[in-house]
Amino acid sequence: MPKVTVDGQEIEVPNGATVLQACELAGKEIPRFCYHERLSIAGNCRMCLVEVRPGPPKPQASCALPAAEGQEIRTDTPMVKTAREGVMEFLLINHPLDCPICDQGGECDLQDQSIAYGRGATRYHENKRAVTEKYMGPLIKTVMTRCIHCTRCVRFSEEIAGMDEIGALYRGENMQITTYLEQAAEHELSANVIDLCPVGALTSRPYAFEARPWELKKTLGIDVSDAMGSNIRIDSRGREVMRVLPRINDDVNEEWISDKARYQVDGLTRRRLDTVWIRNKKGKLDKASWNEAFAKIAAAKPGKAIAAIAGDMQDCETMFAAKALLKACGSTLVESRQTGMDYPTDNLAAMNFNSTFAGIEEADAVLIVGSHVRWEAPLVNVRLRKAVKRGAKVFVVGPHWETTYPAEFLGDDVSVLGKLPGHVADGMSKAEKPAIILGGGGVVAGGLDPALALAAEWKLVRDGWNGFNVMHFSAARMGALMLGFVQKGGFKDLVAAKPKVLLALGADEADYSQFGDALKVYIGHHGDKGAHAADIILPASAYTEKAGTYVSTEGRVQFADKAVFAPGDAREDWTILRALADALGVSVGFDSFAELRAAMVGEVPALGVEGLADYGSKLPKGGKAKSGKIGYPIKDFYLTNPIARASETMQRCSAELLHGETFAEAAE
Amino acid sequence: MLADKDRIFTNLYGFQEWGLKAAQARGDWDATKKLMAVGQDAIIEEIKASGLRGRGGAGFPTGLKWSFMPKESKDGRPSFLVINADESEPGSCKDREIIRHDPHKLVEGALIAGYAMRARAAYIYIRGEFIREAETLFKAVAEAYDAGLLGKNAAGSGYDFDVFVHRGAGAYICGEETAMIESLEGKKGQPRLKPPFPAGAGLYGCPTTVNNVESIAVVPTILRRGASWFSSFGRENNKGTKLFQISGHVNTPCVVEEAMSIPFSELIEKHCGGIRGGKDNLLAVIPGGSSVPLVPAEQIWDAPMDFDGLKELGSGLGTAGVIVMDKSTDVVRAISRISAFYKHESCGQCTPCREGTGWMWRVMERLRTGDSSPEEIDMLFQVTKQVEGHTICALGDAAAWPIQGLIRHYRPELERRIAERQGELAQAAE
Repeated sequence: MPKVTVDGQEIEVPNGATVLQACELAGKEIPRFCYHERLSIAGNCRMCLVEVRPGPPKPQASCALPAAEGQEIRTDTPMVKTAREGVMEFLLINHPLDCPICDQGGECDLQDQSIAYGRGATRYHENKRAVTEKYMGPLIKTVMTRCIHCTRCVRFSEEIAGMDEIGALYRGENMQITTYLEQAAEHELSANVIDLCPVGALTSRPYAFEARPWELKKTLGIDVSDAMGSNIRIDSRGREVMRVLPRINDDVNEEWISDKARYQVDGLTRRRLDTVWIRNKKGKLDKASWNEAFAKIAAAKPGKAIAAIAGDMQDCETMFAAKALLKACGSTLVESRQTGMDYPTDNLAAMNFNSTFAGIEEADAVLIVGSHVRWEAPLVNVRLRKAVKRGAKVFVVGPHWETTYPAEFLGDDVSVLGKLPGHVADGMSKAEKPAIILGGGGVVAGGLDPALALAAEWKLVRDGWNGFNVMHFSAARMGALMLGFVQKGGFKDLVAAKPKVLLALGADEADYSQFGDALKVYIGHHGDKGAHAADIILPASAYTEKAGTYVSTEGRVQFADKAVFAPGDAREDWTILRALADALGVSVGFDSFAELRAAMVGEVPALGVEGLADYGSKLPKGGKAKSGKIGYPIKDFYLTNPIARASETMQRCSAELLHGETFAEAAE
Repeated sequence: MLADKDRIFTNLYGFQEWGLKAAQARGDWDATKKLMAVGQDAIIEEIKASGLRGRGGAGFPTGLKWSFMPKESKDGRPSFLVINADESEPGSCKDREIIRHDPHKLVEGALIAGYAMRARAAYIYIRGEFIREAETLFKAVAEAYDAGLLGKNAAGSGYDFDVFVHRGAGAYICGEETAMIESLEGKKGQPRLKPPFPAGAGLYGCPTTVNNVESIAVVPTILRRGASWFSSFGRENNKGTKLFQISGHVNTPCVVEEAMSIPFSELIEKHCGGIRGGKDNLLAVIPGGSSVPLVPAEQIWDAPMDFDGLKELGSGLGTAGVIVMDKSTDVVRAISRISAFYKHESCGQCTPCREGTGWMWRVMERLRTGDSSPEEIDMLFQVTKQVEGHTICALGDAAAWPIQGLIRHYRPELERRIAERQGELAQAAE
């Protein structure tokens, strides 16, 4: 632990810390552009210059200089001030004065730091440099004249995303940042470079000219586009969600979110269900009132014959309210696995991502069974890449997908698990922290039993390490499992019970044709597959429009706040279910959201505590590997849920990035 | 004047063949095994004792540099020697002559130096524009391999050593040692941050020493003739012989090997046939390649041509590429052209150099025509100070120094042009 002096204040800094970190520990602000905690050190912006003794008699780049015992660091001398002014002047001479029309305005590092550290006026009277626009795809808007060449975006795509998509061309003042051959950036995390860009060179294309940051209301939310539980900030103006940004949570999403989480929100204003609809005898939908709808449901006299299916994006409160309603009716016909999976749910340790997202970075041998990690959980893929960088070996059972790290594909069939090649079995059994990641595709193909057997054989559960991971794809899944929102036989038990009334809670992937003439009530927010099949549609809230509890696939319980109100007649889901209880003449035992939450926590105490739920570490025994071809559940990364399917941005991403269609620039 | 018997580069002018046979006749590759047999530390000590300072421009003691290399590899990483033949400095042309006419001096030096620093291999990074020179070097290395002087058991010494020649692609910045390493690794040639220094983590993350061609090529001769012979030339701390490259307004421009610390006047009168138009016609001299500040005639005439002597004049020896300018020179235009060169060759990585070189050049262009104001001269000086010492590598310094030298010595000329231009404008307005 070296001791250094920062502006006369002596502090001890951790080993390996840089001078910049030492200054921050001492509470000194160091301006910077190229330096970023999660990227490698470039040291090229030269904004973080400080004076260090002993050392050469010139200012040093603090971001790249290791803090050493006895160093005397000054951040307040005239030399440092002049150096910062000088660098700031250089950054500004070729930076356009277009702040009034720049989307970064108000949250621009260059603006903020030029006020704090710059000179008052310019001395540069030559022409400014202009750079032609670069095309970076449907998500990233470029104004490259504003670029200050900090190379954060280049380092992100190389180091975090693992694809060499962005780089620098030419040299000197002609240096330009661009994608390879000006193709679109295709990585599913590509839009994170927008957050990284300290200036307005890379901004959000869908959000262009929409709002200023100071107009926005910021709400803390949880992303539901996958089961990662990414922490997001929902920025809204009035009743509209303008954009979604990541929040920093080192245990979950670090500082990144997937492009889908970021950009599906423009789907929240399209194809919305904002009024009650009832299907008439001709099969057409008529607008109706809530009372008519409730009367019609009550008239069906379901009694015990009522069932509920929950969709992939439901919060725990909605599912609990539905379960409570059914319980009051005397029914237990609830299920959340809409596509028909029926794995045992009595031991949640066997259904959880036990090593945690942060923990998987430390794994040294990983066997992925039936999971397209890049699409099912892009941020887990980032963690896996980190693990590989530290020396981990990755093996994959399942059809080929493009990994961002070296990985060996072993075959498409789960039966491979019964006859793994020698080096794989060796690598896994001798590893210090071996891990299996079992995806939904692997579970469907019958991979659970052999994976559990291998877990026992390789002793994946050991002191301080649990390497058995099941990776779900639905944000609602772990919450549903904790709430017991499942049937033993899965979806087909519901079908076999022939319910008179079927409540579909935002479930858009289920096959409703199997329910024959049951009265299908769709409670959801988008006119998607579920609404098409419904007899009665009750408009409900999307994830940005209600508070709720979500459990990620690593068993992390997280709370989200309500950002905006649902449009039109739409109501929060639990209020609809509560009103339905009155219509059916039963009592569910709660009248407010607080009471509902209290009742839920009373039943499942773990849902009341933010953080990882404890499922224990005892795994079931498992069994032999049978044959089963693995198919991945996601066919199109950008269109996996009703919100994304309604989103223009996601549709364009799908068409352009996955299906190779080209779009003419509207302005040209 | 250096006696012919004391010359290291005996075929500098290509009067003889460059090939292995001719080189051996000149004494190269003679008992190389015996030179190496004294042991690695003894070689380094000998080089230290000879007082050889790096010939690439910075003048860092070569023996000391070698001694930074690890004595043994603790983690299995090999060490490398990288030889900088990316001679792109305007005014410099010594490495070119060595490679053209005496490549075996370099190849033998590579083996001995590589052996002394316990390197596994040497990489010679040759400037892209040196097409014929690269061909010669490729052939020379191949000859050495064929004769068993390189490769396994190189020159019968029992030491395995390889030499690879790598052609650059014409970027000046790749002559900076860490940019050269990046370029060798196949990346964009941009200088790395230091620390870590190449001796700790250089080429492919392994300990590396980067040396200039001339520094390496003189090593075998120093070892053959002894450190005391080499250090008998030049002043204290500026020992040895040196290739001077005199270009510009002298009667016979040339590359010549001379003792260090030779007075400028002697260098010009003896080897270059004097200044064009006589001594009084001399205006200024850039004594060490384009990146050092110029020195006016009256200061340079009696100055010793070595590291310390020129430093006292506010300039430097650099590569000893002496650019002589007589009174017909438009000195502002000359410096402006140098500014344009640095603007063109800046790698664009770090801010002060990327933005500053262009700015300085644009102001210089206007100062050339006088389309400026006296205050702008001060501003330009400040800008050069804002670039100097604030960048990752020394290119920023190199871009700033010539302008600083110009302002220091020729400010009246700059002001005269401004006044003249303003007078013209005033006349035109009437």
